[in-house]
Amino acid sequence: MVAGTGVISAIGNSLPETLHAFQQKKSGIGAITQLETLHKNVLPVGEVKLSTEQLAKITKQPTITRTALLGIHAAREAIASAGISSLKKWRTGLISATTVGGMDRTEDFFQPFLQNPSQGRLRDVVHHACGSTTELIAEAIGVNGFLSTINTACSSSVNSIMLASRLIRQGLLDVVVAGGTDALTKFTLNGFNSLMILDKEPCRPFDATRNGLNLGEGAGFLVLVSETVAAREKIEAICHVSGFANTNDAYHQTASSPEGRGSFAAMQQSLEVSGLSTDDIDYINLHGTGTVNNDQSEGTAINRLFSDKKPKLSSTKSFTGHTLGACGGIEAVFSVMAIRHGCVFPNLRFQQPMPELGIVPQVEFESGLKIRNVMSNSFGFGGNCSSIIFSQIQR
Amino acid sequence: MTIYIKGMGNISPQRTWGSDDLLSSPLSYAGDKLSCVEPDYASFIDAKQIRRMSRVIKMGIASAAMAMKEASVPMPDGIITATGYGCLEDTGVFLSKMVGNREEALNPTPFIQSTHNTIGSQIALLLQCQAYNQTYTHNAFSFENALLDAMLQLSEAPRRSLLAGGIDEITGQSHEIQSRFGIFRKQSNNSLQLFSERSGTFHGEGSAFFVLSGTPGENDIASVNALTSVYKPSYAELTEAVRNFLSQAGVTLTDVDLVLSGKSGDALSDGHINRVCGDLFTTTPVGAFKHLCGEYPVASAFGCWLAARMLKAQRVPEIVTPQYEGQQLKNILLINQYFGTHYSLILLKAC
Repeated sequence: MVAGTGVISAIGNSLPETLHAFQQKKSGIGAITQLETLHKNVLPVGEVKLSTEQLAKITKQPTITRTALLGIHAAREAIASAGISSLKKWRTGLISATTVGGMDRTEDFFQPFLQNPSQGRLRDVVHHACGSTTELIAEAIGVNGFLSTINTACSSSVNSIMLASRLIRQGLLDVVVAGGTDALTKFTLNGFNSLMILDKEPCRPFDATRNGLNLGEGAGFLVLVSETVAAREKIEAICHVSGFANTNDAYHQTASSPEGRGSFAAMQQSLEVSGLSTDDIDYINLHGTGTVNNDQSEGTAINRLFSDKKPKLSSTKSFTGHTLGACGGIEAVFSVMAIRHGCVFPNLRFQQPMPELGIVPQVEFESGLKIRNVMSNSFGFGGNCSSIIFSQIQR
Repeated sequence: MTIYIKGMGNISPQRTWGSDDLLSSPLSYAGDKLSCVEPDYASFIDAKQIRRMSRVIKMGIASAAMAMKEASVPMPDGIITATGYGCLEDTGVFLSKMVGNREEALNPTPFIQSTHNTIGSQIALLLQCQAYNQTYTHNAFSFENALLDAMLQLSEAPRRSLLAGGIDEITGQSHEIQSRFGIFRKQSNNSLQLFSERSGTFHGEGSAFFVLSGTPGENDIASVNALTSVYKPSYAELTEAVRNFLSQAGVTLTDVDLVLSGKSGDALSDGHINRVCGDLFTTTPVGAFKHLCGEYPVASAFGCWLAARMLKAQRVPEIVTPQYEGQQLKNILLINQYFGTHYSLILLKAC
């Protein structure tokens, strides 16, 4: 069961700020202000509106890697919102996902290091590994039980939540803080730029004229608990993870198959696990990066699976940018928000459907809805495809 | 949950592939690092593709192929990869070019191949395997996370065959940077003598893949019966963890026929683990393996391979421990540690 959620992204540093941005249709995508890069006035991004020093200050941490600070901030909000008296009472784990880990600091190290291998401050690389990001978060939130870190590129943090669900279902853990975090780095910005899939304008997911993605950053975590914990801690969870699946497209290292075979299988299998049919899904939070290839592939798979009875769907990456390893966690928080508040989020800047698919996403913030089941998609490089379903708990 | 090892492939600094010999003439290295004995990749990968692949990807693909061949499983029902540092060579190339070229005119190929999941996804791509695909990268818990994931899935669907492995590579840059932390022993001319001194360890690398299933069969190599990981324990907490672990697995201290210790040669890092071996396992032989493969985040994958091979062969090579006197080998407890912070326990049984 989902007991708590926490999020930080370009559209807000907390759950209330995030919901407010959705209601106001206020995108977080804009010019680069934090990162020192050649692409500063060229490529728009979804930056968290805090410097690393400010993040360190509000999280009461030394200026460790930005990735860890974002994670600490969101994980703490998730734990606070869960209302568990003490994590120490339970078998608690932390499963985090990240693709860059401490890369933001490794980049600083590399400049002097390349000039002279004896140069560069070692404290800039000591937290390079993805797992070290998770350990920094674990130490800040006081979890030292089970620790795990996942990096399946952009599908990473859905896989964290999937592992957490399995561990709880099989009775190995009572409480799991699960999600992911990624900071903007020059490494990923230049990487995606070299692939020529970054839009120089704010992205237009699922639009016929879409021309690439905008990178974003942030963190999103859930606190998942067993039924026993929910009962003993008197937690009135509003939803649970009812289905999940992880598949591989096995088509190309970076491109998705045109028919979206991996994404189709992930969505279909997650429905099977949940025991739900396509009619039961009230909202799909799309992967929807805004690249020509992803949206065509994902859209084709959705058309095939849902045919002419598609639920409301939108890509919130039009607000946050693509937060890579964090997007599954951030969008899981949004999915829970949709169930809690009975709302769906707009897909900004959508004007015309892809002609070959005809899919029209949700374009307005809409509330007062009955949202029982939400499907969230996250797909990544290497053909990694994951889908997860959150379902309202019937009382 | 008991899972059964159906096949293994291990590319390591020792001759661990291509013959049935089990470390009868171990290789010794001079210097502070141990590099893998690599196969001719042309027999595993198309020549055109080899050129574009970094060493870590090639080692992963080849060791995975060896494991599947031994298991006679041509298509696994899932691929679970563990790597502490991921694809360091491609990461280093892209990072160096980015800094050197001041973010201009960059070739995307090393970036594409830099993500940690490249190894698992390249295996999937070659096999056309559209099943479950996962990559763990939690320092020295990465391989343990992968094995646990396999256990979780095989308890849901025991008939499946999963391919799970641990892999890390040494690159010039990674060795240079890690050396600056002062963790590697300098001026050694014989890596097999790792435990004759008390300061520093050797840098290692390797790729060990396993085909695992939840149902026993005639040709099983060994079974993995339990595993756990412990982060930064005190000595008392580690002792407690070992006792609880064995009791939950239904095994007494004396049921353990051999302890395979992940001691690294550095007295500071090895403090807890040496004490546990001495205090709890007073009559049990204790073997070691990091003088054979060096220290790296997924060295426990090498340890797991070694334990399974010893259980199958019912023999403990002299180089692992001279203490073992040839009684029946039923239970091996692999206790790993990584720089004194990450500890794991894996219980393997003979089949």
